[in-house]
Amino acid sequence: MPSPTRRTPHPREKRIVFANIDREGYTPDIECYLRNGGYEELRKAITMEPDAIVNEVKASGLRGRGGAGFPCGVKWGFIRRGGPKPTYLICNADESEPGTFKDRYIIHQDPHQLIEGMVIACFALDVHLAYIYIRGEFPQGAKILEKAIAEAKEKGFLGKNLLGTGFDLEIYVHRGAGAYICGEETGLIESLEGKRAYPRIKPPYFPAVLGLYQCPTIVNNVETLCNVKHIVRMGGAEYAKIGRPNNTGTRILCVSGDVQKPGYFEVEVGSLTMGEVINDLCGGLKPGRKLKAIIPGGSSAKVLKAGERYKIKEKAADGTMVDKEIGIEDIRMDFDSLAAVGSMAGSGGVIVMDDTRDMVKTLNNLNEFYAHESCGQCTPCREGSLWMRKITDRILAGGGVESDPDLLKSVADNIAGKTICAFGEACSWPTQSFVIKFREEFQGKSTKQLPPPTPPEYLSETLIGSEPKALPEGASH
Amino acid sequence: MQIPPDLLSKIDEAISHYPVSKRSASLPLLHLFQEHFGYISEEAIVWIAEKLELQPINILELVTFYPMFRRKPAGKHHIRVCRTLACAMAGGYELKEKFCKATGIECHGHGHSGGHGHGDPVSISKDGKWSIEFVECLASCGTGPVCMVNDDFYEAVADEEIPQILSKYQ
Repeated sequence: MPSPTRRTPHPREKRIVFANIDREGYTPDIECYLRNGGYEELRKAITMEPDAIVNEVKASGLRGRGGAGFPCGVKWGFIRRGGPKPTYLICNADESEPGTFKDRYIIHQDPHQLIEGMVIACFALDVHLAYIYIRGEFPQGAKILEKAIAEAKEKGFLGKNLLGTGFDLEIYVHRGAGAYICGEETGLIESLEGKRAYPRIKPPYFPAVLGLYQCPTIVNNVETLCNVKHIVRMGGAEYAKIGRPNNTGTRILCVSGDVQKPGYFEVEVGSLTMGEVINDLCGGLKPGRKLKAIIPGGSSAKVLKAGERYKIKEKAADGTMVDKEIGIEDIRMDFDSLAAVGSMAGSGGVIVMDDTRDMVKTLNNLNEFYAHESCGQCTPCREGSLWMRKITDRILAGGGVESDPDLLKSVADNIAGKTICAFGEACSWPTQSFVIKFREEFQGKSTKQLPPPTPPEYLSETLIGSEPKALPEGASH
Repeated sequence: MQIPPDLLSKIDEAISHYPVSKRSASLPLLHLFQEHFGYISEEAIVWIAEKLELQPINILELVTFYPMFRRKPAGKHHIRVCRTLACAMAGGYELKEKFCKATGIECHGHGHSGGHGHGDPVSISKDGKWSIEFVECLASCGTGPVCMVNDDFYEAVADEEIPQILSKYQ
């Protein structure tokens, strides 16, 4: 998929997973991949003991790139080879966290890298049946992957007795159908079983124990599985030298919003600060604009406000921890630093907002997303996400009452931590952080006195219809 | 409802991908039906359920859960415009309006109930040639606003490109 934004890597990038993305003349077919050293790591991996591969991944310190940042080697370590049940591997290609757009390019431009990573993972974990769960909105991506699988099978990298090892493996592509919740691993598993994507309760349904068809299952993100290939090439210890301790490797940052040059950048984890990402990688803000807010790790991450100061602890050269106060531009872009300032690195999607943006409108957009995407299984999330959207809707329509900012926060507080899956947190964190940090803006738009107009002013049609314009004059939502 | 032989062979192929449980083939079969017939009819639901040895409700509950499945036909060509934050900041709402204007679709409201009737996200032009729908994040936030026409993806769509894009579909 040629992109109009195709460009050469920025000098501060370190491209490993994205090495072939946007490369002149690079095509997604297997011949091109083989010409560029493709499947060499698989050939190496099959000479290794499966446990040795798992140990290399553990030694690499690789943390999951889907959003939660869980150590991949630890996850793999839960699998016991030779158990009574088969083990399955699922590649989570449901990339749907707003602000994230990295897997798209791997799938469309370098599908064999993913497949090689998957075959190595399957070999290490004794998996004979694996699925790529790709979001329904990537129909071309699904076709490209299917073609790549067929090519790999023809060349003997997949299928029965792959590369003469006696090891059998089938990989199939499974398309989702537009539901964000399928990115949650247990929801994804339910969906792959042909059901509504209702996330499962943990415990007992940890996928590594009771996953697909109640069997041990590893679910890994596209970027994570691609990294496996490079860990086999470099060795875990060597890979761990990239990035920073506990935040190893590279990370694909996806920057969108109000910067001059949005895009994707593969950088060593923690090698850049937020300010460098915006000013160096993305060419800064648009002329004459000032930074207002940043969502640092996909839309669910708590928003950071320009001008905020954060007290963090940092390891000094002599190994002691020292207290430090930093601003938003000094935040190091890694898992631990973003957690220390009260947000998260999440999926790597950075959304930048400048001073022309209305924070109520911004939050309303996210609230609409979460209200639409809640799976509806848990009451606090199903009702709360819609309620929050209705409140920001009415504030924007001019009907906000004085207590609305508090009400918003209170609804959010009653969702987080009270649901089966992390969607509860994902939908309440934006509201909590926006309302706390931009309180004046919400308050300024919520000026109506309580009590609001009561029922006689509502006609039954206005309650059923979805058209705000149908409301009688003078009535608030 | 006629199931042509090539669709039937695609269905059997899809089912073969799930050696452990046929039920897993529900979503793939729904995709195949929607691609072929344009929407998921009552008959299709019953047929798929029978094929996979399930009850019709097991299929119906998927059609009502997954946003991509439709129970009514859309237009001949279906446009999906991304609604979510980064695209909205780059002009996604305006893009949807301009598509509506260029295709003669009467669009009601802005959210997911923009279609005709409560809870229906799809709006169709009078001649049935075009339909449009707001969808959530299409995962290309760096090149907003983005949209899809049928299975084709378009990014950083400028106003002047709209006629050019539409002219590809007859």
